Amino acid sequence: MPEPFTTLTAIAAPLDMPNVDTDQIMPARFMRRPRDERYVAYGFHDLRFTPEGATRPDFILNQPPFHQAGILVASRNFGVGSSREAAVYALLAMGYRAVVAESFGDIFFSNALKNGLLPVKLPESTVNALRDAVAAAPGATIRVDLQRQILTGPDGTEHGFTVPPFARDCLLRGLDEIGLTLTLADRITAFETSRAPLAAG
Amino acid sequence: MGRTLFQKIWDAHVVHARDDGLVLLYIDRHYFHEGSFHAFNMLRARGIPVRRPDLSFGFGDHYVPTNARRTDAVQDPEIRGIIETFEQNARAHRIRAFDLADPDQGIVHVAGPEQGLTLPGMTVVCGDSHTSTHGALGALAFGIGASEVAHVLATQTIWQTQPRQIRANFEGRLPAGSTAKDMALALIARIGTGGGLGGAIEFAGSAVRALSVEGRLTLCNMAIEAGARTGMVAPDAITAAWLKGRPHAPAAPDPAWAALATDADAAFDREVTLDAATITPMATWGTSPEEAVALSARVPRLEEAPDEARARAWKRSLDYMGLQGGEAMADVRVDRVFLGSCTNSRLEDLRAAADVLKGRKIAVPMLVSPGSSATKRQAEAEGLDRIFLEAGARWEESGCSLCVSMNGESVGEGERCASTSNRNFAGRQGRGARTHLVSPASAAASALAGRLMQAGN
Repeated sequence: MPEPFTTLTAIAAPLDMPNVDTDQIMPARFMRRPRDERYVAYGFHDLRFTPEGATRPDFILNQPPFHQAGILVASRNFGVGSSREAAVYALLAMGYRAVVAESFGDIFFSNALKNGLLPVKLPESTVNALRDAVAAAPGATIRVDLQRQILTGPDGTEHGFTVPPFARDCLLRGLDEIGLTLTLADRITAFETSRAPLAAG
Repeated sequence: MGRTLFQKIWDAHVVHARDDGLVLLYIDRHYFHEGSFHAFNMLRARGIPVRRPDLSFGFGDHYVPTNARRTDAVQDPEIRGIIETFEQNARAHRIRAFDLADPDQGIVHVAGPEQGLTLPGMTVVCGDSHTSTHGALGALAFGIGASEVAHVLATQTIWQTQPRQIRANFEGRLPAGSTAKDMALALIARIGTGGGLGGAIEFAGSAVRALSVEGRLTLCNMAIEAGARTGMVAPDAITAAWLKGRPHAPAAPDPAWAALATDADAAFDREVTLDAATITPMATWGTSPEEAVALSARVPRLEEAPDEARARAWKRSLDYMGLQGGEAMADVRVDRVFLGSCTNSRLEDLRAAADVLKGRKIAVPMLVSPGSSATKRQAEAEGLDRIFLEAGARWEESGCSLCVSMNGESVGEGERCASTSNRNFAGRQGRGARTHLVSPASAAASALAGRLMQAGN
């Protein structure tokens, strides 16, 4: 069940890479493990660590103050590829609560919303400007207000964004989607009885 | 105005529609695999039962070994635990599971259709992005995350907003030697990995109509690599003939199937048309499926990048792949070859590769993992196993294997692999592994040459 998400003010880290796939975010070899405290090391693992396990100082998300970021300003098609929800768990474990990009992989977008990681879609020019701004002033913060659907950049400029209403409502109140759907159980049963049985199965 | 194939299936499964456009969609078929353990944990934590265990089917594929069919032969205790958990979850919820010991086990997107469990007009979901594969049978099929799997197990429904509708037309005759895999790579190279974002792609046109169901499964499988939620092909006589006699399929085709095809006056949000006659065998050179060119072409040079952002991405790809840019694809040496995965491991794929290998010896190691245990038996009945073995390849059991490298086997750091799978992402086949996506025939030709190669050269 997701933590409620209302407003977030956090250091933002720039990640200027298009098409970041979920294999990059969460390498497959860690997915056999249960979701536990080790997840903090899995996020972007092969970009953050050498094969010997040393931290790569040249990777931007390792660099202070970005290593303490709560918001990731990414690029187009963030989270494409595998449906692995573990990619969202890994980002949450690293401390991220929001990702800003011009577009997201569809399944990642849905997985993120269901786990309290807010995907914020903004136009390409806005994302580029935000990424440049936080790269130029390390430690700069971004504020995200889900109630008003407003993202405030480091320079105070406000940018409107939208989140699907149902997901937004669930996030704001920390509601469990399964619980809400089960209140419609009568309709599901009615649907099942109203249609011809499947040809086979 | 008429409706599309997608719209007809969507409309028939709406349980409840909200004013904001969100729809509660009924799910006819839910598949799961070992990786779905997170979802079962979520149900357990909340004490919620599985609503329709009769509509879920499990297949052990992601973590299974290809060199043994026994769980106790798995050395790694974490991997063994995942496989055991999968079997326990299925038993606990009285769900039919095709586990390691099952003669019909296989990769979910190969074995599910093969068993006749996916039928035209169905809604199909699975906690795996390549669920789009099932759309080849005229189903609406898409991948979901673990929270959604838990939701489907609990309610047999899923909340969805309607995707935009895209039609990809392949017109004309595909040249001999080119395959559905080459069509998929040509499309993705054209529209990009973001080209299908938020969309459902219907594959149409004379070259798609001419494809076997196996070819259509390959094409729909790769729809997700174009960013689409799903791919689909209208069911026709080829579909009906392919389904006939499969264990879970009806004895005779349902007359309703024919009515699913997109109406002549239906509209799409986007249409893209490719000339199938110009599609030659393709391969990827980079770390995104859109970074693909003809095998007869050269790796692009950085200065050819259309914009600065692309140039930076290409630079990262070339560096990772150990390429300069500008070299002929056919000069790129490979260290090993993988023939398998939900993209290309069906009987037709195995036959195409065996045709190339027959009577020859491979120059680099090659692993062949059939898409299902049933496919393996059929291939062996035709003698394909002997062709692979005599050529020097490993002929093993069915599973996701080196496509996702979760079962303990991986491609080594810096090693270059010609692979019939679907993703050339950095690290996909193992940390530092370099993947070139190709068709089965090209994979076989590459194994013989020790370089990227199309068959017949």
